[in-house]
Amino acid sequence: MSSETLGRSPGVASPRGPAGAGSRKRPVVQRVFGKNPLGALLSTPYLIFLAVVFAYPLVFAFYMSLHDYFFSAPGAVVDRPFIGIDNYVAALTDPQVLQSFRNVGVFLIINVPLTVILAIVLATALNRVVHFRAFLRVSFYVPYVTASVAVVAVWLFMFSGNGLINNVIGPLAPDPSWLINPTLAMPTIALYVTWKQLGFFILLYLAALQNVPNELYESASTDGAGPIRSFFSVTVPGVRPATALVLMLATITGANLFTEPYLLTGGGGPNGASSSPVFVMYQEGLQQGKPGFAAAIGVVLVIIVLTIALLENRFAGGKEE
Amino acid sequence: MSAQRRVPGQLSRGQAILRGVVLGLGALVFLFPFYYMVIGSLQRFPDTSLGGIFPNPANITGANYVAINERINLFSGLINSGIFAGGVVLGTVLFGMVTGYALAVLKWRGRGATFALALLVQTIPFQLLMIPLYVMIARDYGLGDTHLGMILPYLINSTAVVIFRQYFLQIPKELFDAARIDGASELRVLWQVAIPLVRPALVTVILITFIGPWNEFLWPFLITKEASLQPLAVSLANYISTIAASTTNPFGAMLAGAVVLAAPVVLLFIYFQRFFVSTDIGSGVKG
Repeated sequence: MSSETLGRSPGVASPRGPAGAGSRKRPVVQRVFGKNPLGALLSTPYLIFLAVVFAYPLVFAFYMSLHDYFFSAPGAVVDRPFIGIDNYVAALTDPQVLQSFRNVGVFLIINVPLTVILAIVLATALNRVVHFRAFLRVSFYVPYVTASVAVVAVWLFMFSGNGLINNVIGPLAPDPSWLINPTLAMPTIALYVTWKQLGFFILLYLAALQNVPNELYESASTDGAGPIRSFFSVTVPGVRPATALVLMLATITGANLFTEPYLLTGGGGPNGASSSPVFVMYQEGLQQGKPGFAAAIGVVLVIIVLTIALLENRFAGGKEE
Repeated sequence: MSAQRRVPGQLSRGQAILRGVVLGLGALVFLFPFYYMVIGSLQRFPDTSLGGIFPNPANITGANYVAINERINLFSGLINSGIFAGGVVLGTVLFGMVTGYALAVLKWRGRGATFALALLVQTIPFQLLMIPLYVMIARDYGLGDTHLGMILPYLINSTAVVIFRQYFLQIPKELFDAARIDGASELRVLWQVAIPLVRPALVTVILITFIGPWNEFLWPFLITKEASLQPLAVSLANYISTIAASTTNPFGAMLAGAVVLAAPVVLLFIYFQRFFVSTDIGSGVKG
């Protein structure tokens, strides 16, 4: 608290007399909320929003996962007994759930490294381009800004059994085709998501590239390094904080997979080969009416994802300055 | 070109060509599906051969757009998507901008914690909150099948809050101090000095805030059962997953719907692309 605030503390303000009660209030407000109480006031709607939409549901999800929770008529008083870790045991022994976790593992192993490599290469190439800059930027970002539901339609068209892709590669076409092939369904989804999200990660890398000091390229060049060499010894280490961020965000996005298995492979098909934990949460929690079971899957999923993200952050050295 | 005269980062001829090829290939891979979406939506009979890539006058029709409009009401879908996205944009601009201002300019207790929260919530997977939010909003508050229930979880975009803060930070402090010395109240400083100066940020924020809810599928899908209230992304997805198989040219109608869903955002994005600045959006995620 600054000296100015102290100077206006109630004891000093009192000699001002008549204003009395009114002028004494302000310092109290300032003592509680800091120098500019208006800041707290302006942020109140946002803080309430965070409490209602994030904090409370987060606690609620955890509560649900530990109880025999079921849907009831609004306002009805029902007994939802505490059942400890039963939901977790049920979830982690359910073959359908375990398969969905394995599927998302396959997804992440393909999607995350591919995203990082392609994004960093394309961002570097795009960074110093002079001609067609606006055109290239727009074309790289367009899949990211478009609704997944819309682009899923064209991917279904291209990757269907009789589709363009199979017609182009002819005898190399997989049988059964991409999205109905148990081995290829998940990798195809991983490719789709990489393509769809890449623009956003290129954008993050472009922002990071602006912070790599030009002198580093100059000295690398003086030392006789060519563009390829300076890419690996200047660019890649220079955008390390961005790489940490991209790894984390790509992992979180990947673990949230729902729309693509729901639409591209008709609900995680064939035979659950492309189902995702979130898809199982939807099926079990809302369709089958077992929200406690679904919440337990959610808690396990988040713990796994955050652990992976922290490990990635550690190995990529995400500390900024 | 000799090594000494070379500007750092400048490429040799071969490398420049390589870079051009990489970028051109990238652009082709990103754009082709969109081109193919439009072509496919105009085909009377789906032509998936290599030749089908090119428009064939004998096979062009607008019938797919009529067909999809008979199955799902495109107009009401667009209106619902617009209300959903518009509500989120309004909430974000109203509440997010003043929060960004408070975080950047004013000193108050809890400022650091609020900023940390704005960054932290961006890493919380929505899907963990999906079930409790559904129980709260649809069952406890009775907001299922309402626009408000759709908007509520997205009302204030945290990325936008951080971007607003970033913009307010860039305004020289002297401008605020001058206004204060002239006797302007803090609210007046916000309204007459700060907000007019961050107008360029508004376009960026509106753009990134708009595309989220416009494209969102999972949440409105959970919360709306009534077809007349569904945003276009939801009704098109329902068409793809259930009705498509029973129609004569399922791909044509599907792609026509996809074009209608994609077009507003793609056109907005192309028109305003210079406001889609990498450094602003980068700072919105990492602070």
